[in-house]
Amino acid sequence: MKIVVCIKQVPDTKGGVKFNPDGTLDRGAMLTIMNPDDKAGLEAALRLKDEYGAEVTVITMGLPKAEEVLREAMAMGADKGILVTDRVLGGADTWATSQTLAGAIRNLEYDLIITGRQAIDGDTAQVGPQISEHLGIPVISYAQNIKIDGDSVIVERQFDDRYHVLKAKMPCLITALAELNEPRYMTPGGIFDAYQADITVWGRANLVDVEDSNLGLKGSPTQIAKASDKVRKGAGEKVTLDPAEAVDYIIDKLKVKHVI
Amino acid sequence: MNIAEYKGVFVFAQQVDNKLSGIALELVGKGKDLAKDLNTEVTAVLVGYGVKDLADELAAYGADKVILVDDPELKEYRTEPYAHALASVIEKYKPEIFLVGATAIGRDLGPRVSARIHTGLTADCTQLDIGDFPINPVPGKEQLHNQLLMTRPAFGGNTIATIACPQFRPQMATVRPGVMQKAPKVEGAKAVVEEFNPGFTPDNKYVEILEVVKSVVDTVDIMDAKILVSGGRGVGSPENFKILDDLAEVLGATVSCSRAVVDAGWKPKDLQVGQTGKTVRPNVYFAIGISGAIQHLAGMEESDIIIAINKDDTAPIFDVADYGIVGDLNKVVPALTERLKAELANKN
Amino acid sequence: MDFMLTKQHEMARTLFREFAEKEVKPLAQEVDETEVFPRGTVEKMAKAGFMGIPVPKEYGGQGCDILTYAMCVEELSKVCGTTGVIVSAHTSLCCDPILTYGTEEQKQKYLPDLASGRKIGAFGLTEPGAGTDAQGQQTKAVLDGDEWVLNGSKIFITNGKEADVYVIFAVTGMVEKRGRMSKEITAFIVEKGTPGFTFGTKEKKMGIRGSSTYELIFTDCRIPKENILGQQGKGFGIAMHTLDGGRIGIASQALGLAEGALERTVEYVKERKQFGRAIGQFQNTQFQLADMATKVEAAQLLVYKAAIAKNTQKVYSVEAAKAKLYAAEVAMEVTTKAVQLHGGYGYTREYDVERMMRDAKITEIYEGTSEVQRMVISGALLK
Repeated sequence: MKIVVCIKQVPDTKGGVKFNPDGTLDRGAMLTIMNPDDKAGLEAALRLKDEYGAEVTVITMGLPKAEEVLREAMAMGADKGILVTDRVLGGADTWATSQTLAGAIRNLEYDLIITGRQAIDGDTAQVGPQISEHLGIPVISYAQNIKIDGDSVIVERQFDDRYHVLKAKMPCLITALAELNEPRYMTPGGIFDAYQADITVWGRANLVDVEDSNLGLKGSPTQIAKASDKVRKGAGEKVTLDPAEAVDYIIDKLKVKHVI
Repeated sequence: MNIAEYKGVFVFAQQVDNKLSGIALELVGKGKDLAKDLNTEVTAVLVGYGVKDLADELAAYGADKVILVDDPELKEYRTEPYAHALASVIEKYKPEIFLVGATAIGRDLGPRVSARIHTGLTADCTQLDIGDFPINPVPGKEQLHNQLLMTRPAFGGNTIATIACPQFRPQMATVRPGVMQKAPKVEGAKAVVEEFNPGFTPDNKYVEILEVVKSVVDTVDIMDAKILVSGGRGVGSPENFKILDDLAEVLGATVSCSRAVVDAGWKPKDLQVGQTGKTVRPNVYFAIGISGAIQHLAGMEESDIIIAINKDDTAPIFDVADYGIVGDLNKVVPALTERLKAELANKN
Repeated sequence: MDFMLTKQHEMARTLFREFAEKEVKPLAQEVDETEVFPRGTVEKMAKAGFMGIPVPKEYGGQGCDILTYAMCVEELSKVCGTTGVIVSAHTSLCCDPILTYGTEEQKQKYLPDLASGRKIGAFGLTEPGAGTDAQGQQTKAVLDGDEWVLNGSKIFITNGKEADVYVIFAVTGMVEKRGRMSKEITAFIVEKGTPGFTFGTKEKKMGIRGSSTYELIFTDCRIPKENILGQQGKGFGIAMHTLDGGRIGIASQALGLAEGALERTVEYVKERKQFGRAIGQFQNTQFQLADMATKVEAAQLLVYKAAIAKNTQKVYSVEAAKAKLYAAEVAMEVTTKAVQLHGGYGYTREYDVERMMRDAKITEIYEGTSEVQRMVISGALLK
């Protein structure tokens, strides 16, 4: 079996977000991590590899620095890493990103593609389903449990109050939630091996069946009109009120904030 | 793409088990506002099997028109037949705006549809407006009017971005549930109902549903709770946590606590917030009778809204609280619970 | 001279830190309080490969260098001194001598289980009458047919009752050395469960309270002849050389404790307010922190230098002694200052620095006291 896992290097928002003086995000000052949902997807692939035997290829689109996240995946047990990087791919929205990744994946043989549900920097949850659309294969998002049954995959797919047990013919794309599993750690020896291994680097020329008009900032249907950082928090209001007034006060605040 | 051909605001009227989801009515409400600004109509797209009866409810909440796609293949939600239904509706009716709920269904369906028809999709919007793009005129760039401006949080809520989709139609967004307001219900209102069936032929993209399992709601992990009602030593006794339980029940919240409470044996360790407990980041954090030791603050200061109730006005919790009430929790909390009951009853 | 870590080492540190923060830190207080060996953590470390970092891959290890191993002990000790010493004693004092002195058969037999963490290792040299003076050994081994018969006891043995494989030193005879009779010491591999091998009392300690420190008792304990480690009579050299390596592990533990205490203190002084401002705004606090940070970095450089020396030099006794001497003293000083800067809170078990200060003390004592390190260092100077 051949499994392709799409992963993304993202700023670690838990470690605190840093801003440039102009209010844009200072990505350089922030630590980066493998996107947690993607890591769960990788773990799912590695478990399938442990159980059924599989070749796991990780692919990422990003700056050259995103190579790190491929090495990390290989230190966890992935077999091959592919970095898709090119200036013309910069500024892509989910449409252009999914076009790029689909174009890269068309070079590969695969039975299963696994992506994370969403990235913590964008939170869109769009790229996985969009890749499946471009490749013309079924998608099962929010996977909770993945099993292989002959040429099909059986997946528990989570909804708000229920889950569906779904069966899809491979090739198929699955999106994984961080809750799917507890990803394994890299091993120290795996880290050193990963840095010995070759990473395949692809640019625009390696993308199959993708038009220039669908790539990068120019190929992105959505455009940013305005971006600003959320108002930073300090001490808020403090009031001394009798109980009835205090209740009015709290109710008012809950309404203003759309909690009720 | 001739953008001028695209007219009207469409919303996906999500239903599950032939009951409309709350988000469907919220989108109709918001769609109506946007339609007014654009001087057009709001159309609900109702997809399912045997769901025709729901059209009246959509009308009562403001839908001018309902497009009904009714087919046995659509009985339970599956990505492919639903994506085919919406993509076919869009191709035929050419709406300028198409809204989908940012639910587990909508966030699966939206991207698949937008990719099929080649347009942009903005995820998890918390605000939608009609305006100009660019917002302020830029020399050498045409300023387009009557654009959908879609605002959403990103980077774990640390930034806010406003997105437009100027060159493609429809302008698609998924909208976070619970943010938009339903319109007031108008009993007996009727909408034009138009049935449309694009035909459903299963192919490799159709998955097979082997089983549908409705899950029983487990106790919520405090790290996943949207609202936490958290008590400290000031609550006074394990029995007195009842007033917090009551408040939590009304709000659909989860009860958590400080370290002092765990050390006193009043609550189990898995409810403890703080450096030695869990780090939480709910939408609303009620700190009740919690003084706010550093190690506690470290576990909750990232909460979106912090409401503190404490009788000691020098308590450090007030340094991080958005709204601090100096007062007696034994009086404020039960009164708040009663008021909330009344407020929420009115609302429904 | 290059002070930059390679990308591999940086990533390994990220791994160790993430593991320590997620798996070890939440249990540190409980492990200290209950004095229970963190078996679950060891199983997790085994899965992640932490129990055989410098063991070559052919023996089931990770095949990494000593620096990587030192960084692992350092990062674990930043959050829990107990967990740090479990890995250190296992790796430096059991895996390492088997790897260095074992026959191919012994390596094949023991290392895969040890390096994968399926089994835990320990080292038995110290006796009631033989601490710093290792020549004071009383435990005896006598060859009887195809078996060695061990009698005697060892004390203060780290991983004592939890281990499966023990490297044990015993007197196998007397030899004449420069005209004086001295004890001939030999090393052996002893497995748990061997008849005649039992455990005595568990030590109640000031710090590293979750590490299992036991007395080992040998009463007519018969082990196969082939379990001799290295040559007969070479035990003293094996013990000393093994301890050179062990000191790098303990130096890493001390370094981690100092770094952990410094990190906690930096966080604390920013939050804690007195006289209307954060105590970090007082110059006394600032200067204390500056001294602490400088010494911690100096200790780190010595520790890393010793770790690299073990990979590149045949003899690294002085480097290891300097690293351990300095890192241990810095650990004691920095943790003590950390408690002081925490004030009354620092003296309570609510705050980690209290435990760290207790944990730090042992680093000046075990695997050669600071005085022994000074003897090694000065001995080389005056040779």
